[in-house]
Amino acid sequence: MIVADRKPIEEIIDIVKDFRSLLILGCNECVTVCEAGGKKEVGILASALRMYFMKQGHKAGVDEITLERQCDHEYLEEIRDVIDRYDAVVSLACGVGVQFMAEKYHSTPVYPGVNTCFLGATEQRGMWTERCQACGQCILAYTGGICPVSRCAKRLLNGPCGGSTNGKCEISKEIDCAWQLIIDRLKSLGRLDDYEKIFAIKDWSTDRAGGPRKVVREDVRI
Amino acid sequence: MNLKTPSKLEKIMAAGHMAVTSEVGPPRGSDPEAIITKAGLIRDHVDAINITDNQTSVTRMCSLAACIRLKLMGLEPVLQMVTRDRNRIALQSDILGAASFDIYNMLCLSGDHQMFGDCAQGQNVHDLDSIQLLQTLRRMRDEGKFLGGADIKRPPRIFAGAAANPFADPFEIRVPRLAKKIAAGAEFIQTQCIYNLDKFEEWMRLARERGLTEKVYIMAGMTPMKSAGMACYMKNRVPGMDVPDEVVKRMADTPKEKQAEEGIKICIEAIQRLKEVEGISGFHIMAIEWEEKVPEIVESAGLYPRPDVN
Repeated sequence: MIVADRKPIEEIIDIVKDFRSLLILGCNECVTVCEAGGKKEVGILASALRMYFMKQGHKAGVDEITLERQCDHEYLEEIRDVIDRYDAVVSLACGVGVQFMAEKYHSTPVYPGVNTCFLGATEQRGMWTERCQACGQCILAYTGGICPVSRCAKRLLNGPCGGSTNGKCEISKEIDCAWQLIIDRLKSLGRLDDYEKIFAIKDWSTDRAGGPRKVVREDVRI
Repeated sequence: MNLKTPSKLEKIMAAGHMAVTSEVGPPRGSDPEAIITKAGLIRDHVDAINITDNQTSVTRMCSLAACIRLKLMGLEPVLQMVTRDRNRIALQSDILGAASFDIYNMLCLSGDHQMFGDCAQGQNVHDLDSIQLLQTLRRMRDEGKFLGGADIKRPPRIFAGAAANPFADPFEIRVPRLAKKIAAGAEFIQTQCIYNLDKFEEWMRLARERGLTEKVYIMAGMTPMKSAGMACYMKNRVPGMDVPDEVVKRMADTPKEKQAEEGIKICIEAIQRLKEVEGISGFHIMAIEWEEKVPEIVESAGLYPRPDVN
């Protein structure tokens, strides 16, 4: 999933403090799972803003809506009839949702209520960790199912570097060395010999480096 | 003698001499005097001088410019190049720039992570890694081709080096990793600073068993310690460094005013022991901000005078 984290309330207040009518718009997908922008977080942010406005003696309405998805035309259409009631929208979706919203409703300002962080998994309740950088050319088949692009601080394809110590990365004792994980996994798969195969220079043109990306599937287009 | 480059370092090791290199870190400013002075202190006692490339990710004068300074002094540089700060365009371009000044040695590295330096908020590049940089250099030199496939007019003639850390984890892949660097094109290796001699000798034994010492010149990395504090720091704070307790204790048990002398002594003893290890082709003495001690170490270790191969 796309993992996001809540923006500090002070930052959001600074952006919306002069509006009179606000919509806090949640998303029922990834940001709900990572507890940053679902119905629950919409409620918490809306309450905090109402309290702020009340304290300031500022009359402002704050409404709450949570859509099934904000990265889909179909669901975003659900607010077409009400969008004009608002001076601005704070979207708690990921950066994709915020932008899709802004593209669809040109004349309403949309502000992000979360910081979109990475593609990751729930490792424990309350802890999400990165697993993928969407490089566009998956190499997991060759690295024992562990991604050095997203999990090595230097994205080394022929690691580990000389900083790997006791299974941890040189940048932090809290971070596993991806190459230690890869080696351990290759070993349990009986494929440690694969370690010596040199990983060829990667084509990064499918990554961010190649410019904004697009997937087109003629077979499923209407 | 089958030499692949005009490198003096290659020539010395190919002739069977123990080579000696040292390093100079460029200054945090544009005054070349620091390089000239440091290089002047060691010029008669080493065969070539490494110039570090923004080591520990702290912004400094660029390694290529500092290498050119050494060339102007008639000295032999080893250009260190990290993949952290340049993409494949810049790396190839700098290789050509170095070759244009007849710089004949290069050390291919990934570089410390930028969080250790003065630009912790910056991006890192790592378009290539150190092994792929070795491949790139060898392709440019041996095939005369850019990565993009076009021919290079006057290809670089550069002796290809790599680093090896016998002490990083996991130990079991440390020799396979050396093999991988050799397969990628490494012709000489400069190792991480060695304090744990037993572990290093074990790594060398495993390398010999696989025939790797026949394929590459291995230079043992040496860094004399100035104080017990430095020994503790190296042991506890520097990633991938292995300083045994007895070394720390030996430093700590020495009165403070004698610790520097003791550090030099430990370094000389280590060189004398490792000189006897089969497969060692030389020493890389990294006397960090202590260049003036290099001549003493080289002389006391019986590595002086340096051979004249030109």
